[in-house]
Amino acid sequence: MKVLLVDDEKELVTTLAERLALRGLEAQWATSAEEALSRLQTESFDIAVLDVKMPKVDGLLLKKQMQAKCPAMKFIFVTGHGSSQDFEAGALEVGSDYYLVKPLKIDDLVAKIKEALQR
Amino acid sequence: MTIWTKMKPAFWDHEDVAAGPHKHLFNFRRIWRMSVILTAGVALAPLVFMTLVDYNVSQQAIEADIYYQTARLVSNTRRNITFFLAERRSALSFIDKDNAYSALGNPLRLAALLDNLKKGFGGFTDIGVINQNGLQHTYVGPYQLTGVNYSDQEWFKEVVSSGTHISEVFLGFRQQPHLVIAVKHDLGGGSFYILRASIDTQQFNQVLAEVEVGGKGDIFLVNREGVLQTPSRFFSNILQPMALRVPEFSEKTTVLEVNFQKEPLIVGYAYIQDTPFILMAVKKKNELMKDWTETRIKLIGFLAVSITSILLVILWVSTYLVKQIYVADHKRVMTLHQVEYANKMASLGRLSAGVAHEINNPLAIINEKAGLIKDLFTLKRDYSDDPKLMGLVDAIVYSVERCSKITKRLLSFARHVDSKPQLVDIAEVINEVLGFIVKEAEYRSITIQVDAASDVPTIESDRGRLQEIFLNLINNSLAAMNTSGSLTITIRRTKEGCIRASVADTGCGIPEADLKRIFEPLSSIKTGKGGTGLGLSITYGLIQELGGSISVQSEVGKGTEFTVRLPVKMKPSGENNNESTTCG
Repeated sequence: MKVLLVDDEKELVTTLAERLALRGLEAQWATSAEEALSRLQTESFDIAVLDVKMPKVDGLLLKKQMQAKCPAMKFIFVTGHGSSQDFEAGALEVGSDYYLVKPLKIDDLVAKIKEALQR
Repeated sequence: MTIWTKMKPAFWDHEDVAAGPHKHLFNFRRIWRMSVILTAGVALAPLVFMTLVDYNVSQQAIEADIYYQTARLVSNTRRNITFFLAERRSALSFIDKDNAYSALGNPLRLAALLDNLKKGFGGFTDIGVINQNGLQHTYVGPYQLTGVNYSDQEWFKEVVSSGTHISEVFLGFRQQPHLVIAVKHDLGGGSFYILRASIDTQQFNQVLAEVEVGGKGDIFLVNREGVLQTPSRFFSNILQPMALRVPEFSEKTTVLEVNFQKEPLIVGYAYIQDTPFILMAVKKKNELMKDWTETRIKLIGFLAVSITSILLVILWVSTYLVKQIYVADHKRVMTLHQVEYANKMASLGRLSAGVAHEINNPLAIINEKAGLIKDLFTLKRDYSDDPKLMGLVDAIVYSVERCSKITKRLLSFARHVDSKPQLVDIAEVINEVLGFIVKEAEYRSITIQVDAASDVPTIESDRGRLQEIFLNLINNSLAAMNTSGSLTITIRRTKEGCIRASVADTGCGIPEADLKRIFEPLSSIKTGKGGTGLGLSITYGLIQELGGSISVQSEVGKGTEFTVRLPVKMKPSGENNNESTTCG
């Protein structure tokens, strides 16, 4: 079960990756959309946890690009922002259950990842 | 409370407290005054003018008619009097010419002639023949006047000079009122005799007594000195001076108005030719104008009723129109305030969202770092037995959670600025709002109670607007209370199927005078407490947008309760919620 964490906050993704690893999930990370896409060239992932607000390419667009390469991949959105447009667009894309607001609770995130993969 | 206080329209006491675009565009009292004065002037001036003209024309017509009738009466009566006297003078003249002097000197013949005159004409009392020395040598009549000498009497002198004579009424030797007709007969050579007859004044008076004067009037004869020649109803008896001034000589019948003892009289008169008499008809003007006075009262009554009706209609129409202008202008100001407020809220929303986002990212990092520390402690068991270290990490995670709740609340508030109708649980919204102020309430020892009935349904409404409404109301309640006090929020379902939520505090209360205009913009009563006066008018506007209504009850020193009623289903935007709601 491989997880790709994408967020422009490096400190966040590295720590999260470590915590997920401690819970038995193999987690890789990327701090930009380009980096995430280039990782997909060499590795395959079961699920990606994407930050919605990122510079240049945002999470929603990145999801489409990643989905084009790996159609079976599952996605979870994470956001620090909560404006109505963001919420509606994100929830429409992945369903409001897979749209999480920072700061996260690690157990919630693990549960959501497992739930998404079983879907 | 006086009737005026109850009846006066809302715009009457309107005072602009704002300047610039929030100022009302009109001076409502001035518009009302101008409208009333101009309309009343334009409507009433022609009416009053026409009534005055009609009044004068009618009065003049009636007066002219009175003058005309009086003149006709005097004219006709003069003709009768003239005829009465001329007839008798002609009869006497005829007797004189028909009988020789010697025959007239015969008392028997003269008695037969008097008898014929009485039967033929009436009015004759006696008859006598007087020689050129003034001695009445033959006399037939009821008095002993044979041998009486008239040479020094005025009438004798006049008949000698002019040939005939009709005397005034006088007492004479007989001491009875009578008048005399005398004709002179020339015998040639400078000698003459006079045939003289007296006329009974009773019959003479009868001629006037039969005249219909009208208007409680009087008709009588006076001589040129103003001595009454016939009895008068108004003035004194026969041969007494008349109280009125003798009218000036006029060949024609004349009518004039005189004041006698402060009463206006219509006086018609005519000088009777070849006699010493002036015929006078006197009528009381007020009697003659009685019909006119009644008409005048009706006319004035009609005018008064018309003016009153016109004024009432003008007052009503002016008040109604100015009220409509006032309401329209008031709505304009309200809308302006709401637009400003909405803009402010939108900016605040964007700012909150930005701040929350900026805080959330570092919070997330702190959270994950602390989480990792805890994971490491727990999983690697290096420090899992150190309660102090674990406690410190837990404290960091707990604080992050608290910060996270605050940012979530901020985001939730910002998220609903432009939201659409959705299913809302009122109690949940109120609890969310209370989350913002619960700390402040705690610091000020204010207890907060939320009492929501279990049967309150979720309603279709605008979550963001509901948040603003209750945030405003709860903030107002807190501002009204000093330290300590209690805030009670009750949520119930009403019989009409609406939701009733009341926010009651135990604060300072609102004076009755302020209660009436509490939902008006810029009517802040939180003097010196930094109130902008926008909150309640905005709240009022927001509730109306949601199809609901708000009411307030307050008692100074005891507290205030705002009650909001909301429909279960919001009307689609664009419909006039004010009119169509059943929860208003």
